[in-house]
Amino acid sequence: MKIYKINLLLLAIFTSLVFVQCVDDDDNGNILNDATCDDGIQNADETSIDCGGSCEPCDGVLDFSGTYDQQDSMGRPAINTVFSASDAIKNLYNKVPPSLRATLQSEDGQTQLFQVAFQNQLEAYHDVYAVALGLDPETVNYQTNILGLDATGLTTLLANFDALQVAPNGQTVYYDPATALALTGRGLEDDVIDISLTLIFGGEDGTRFNGENDSPLLTSDNVSIGTRTYGDFPYLEAPVMLN
Amino acid sequence: MKKTKLFSVLGAIGLACFSVFLISADHIDAPNVAATSADIADFFAFEGSNPDNTVLVATVQGPLAPMEQTSNAAFDQDVIITFNIDNTGDFVEDLVIQAVKRGDSMYFFGPVAPLQTGAQTSIVTTATRTVVKVSDIDSAETTSNNGMQVYAGPRRDPFYFDFNRYNLVSSGAVAPEGFLPPQDASDFFEDLNVLAIVLEVPNSMLGTAPTHVGVAQGYLPVGSAPDAYNIWVTTSRKQ
Repeated sequence: MKIYKINLLLLAIFTSLVFVQCVDDDDNGNILNDATCDDGIQNADETSIDCGGSCEPCDGVLDFSGTYDQQDSMGRPAINTVFSASDAIKNLYNKVPPSLRATLQSEDGQTQLFQVAFQNQLEAYHDVYAVALGLDPETVNYQTNILGLDATGLTTLLANFDALQVAPNGQTVYYDPATALALTGRGLEDDVIDISLTLIFGGEDGTRFNGENDSPLLTSDNVSIGTRTYGDFPYLEAPVMLN
Repeated sequence: MKKTKLFSVLGAIGLACFSVFLISADHIDAPNVAATSADIADFFAFEGSNPDNTVLVATVQGPLAPMEQTSNAAFDQDVIITFNIDNTGDFVEDLVIQAVKRGDSMYFFGPVAPLQTGAQTSIVTTATRTVVKVSDIDSAETTSNNGMQVYAGPRRDPFYFDFNRYNLVSSGAVAPEGFLPPQDASDFFEDLNVLAIVLEVPNSMLGTAPTHVGVAQGYLPVGSAPDAYNIWVTTSRKQ
């Protein structure tokens, strides 16, 4: 309680100091900006002018030492989200380097943990819709997709070789329907959700479960890049400002 | 009594909104990293304006609401963001580009061979450094060094997805209809931001690309896909 009060007092003093500075600046018509590491005054948590605290150390030596443990990992978009059925598998997937994923076995020691989990999930998605359509889940299964991948092929490629393939020479695209070029990069405009849904639910020509002829609409979420526009470096748009 | 009820309703709504914002990524990710400073939202890799270059983008800590939440978001000094580049086809990183914040700047190391491969890593301090001041919502600071260009700071989230509908679709709650028609579909990320690391690197610094994995593994026809690096992004926290 005491510490809390002291903190509150310090906060009040600090706030009033900031306010006093602000008044000074107002005389010149300036606006007090947030403290930065190059504003020529000691502020925020700096221990001297523009150094220490969250700025560079005052002795000029930056510490980059230490060992770091992998927390999260991402290759192709939405793979872990869509195919890892349980939180435990999601967490594990993020921690295991790509080259080791094929080596992890399921509890029975007979099968690859991630690939089998992914394939089971692939079929589970189909079962949900089979049941809803009044059909036998055994008869509504994943069908070989537009890339010619069967269920084992698709889930092996996704689980055991999860990275973005990036071509240094030529078009970089997740999938280009015009040329059928696939997995050579991922552009900002690529509709990776529709592509992924089509690879999962679209069958050989990409039209299975496309919402037509009384089929469920599972091959597109029907949203696009909307008002986003992209220029040169840093390519991504400035942050949205509206509230 | 009425008031209590009102508060519980408001609380429930607040909790619901909060939960939605917690559902981050690989834009909807695993519980251990969701809503932490190590949570990767997204990863892009594409040819630059200069066709001899590749652009790598990692977004983290998304999605962020505009203004205050975006302004308050900050890269974590204890978290390295690494682009891992396999140029031999074995899915082990041959080169890394590591980004870590110190002071008000982002320090990029590499591309360089990693000190060790796998789930533990250290910063290759002997590698070429490219340093850029972390941008705020009003600025876009960039730096070029040795042909590499870098940016770190808040950007509009490039990811688009009817995420709310997806949750209903994947759970079967809207079976058998599925997704919505275009006029009813809604992009959850349209007006949200992320913290982004963007770098453009000459391909000459990434080595020679191996045979495309789809071709090498026999899943795609020979000649259907060009040689391609395998690149993935990781976040790692200091022990």
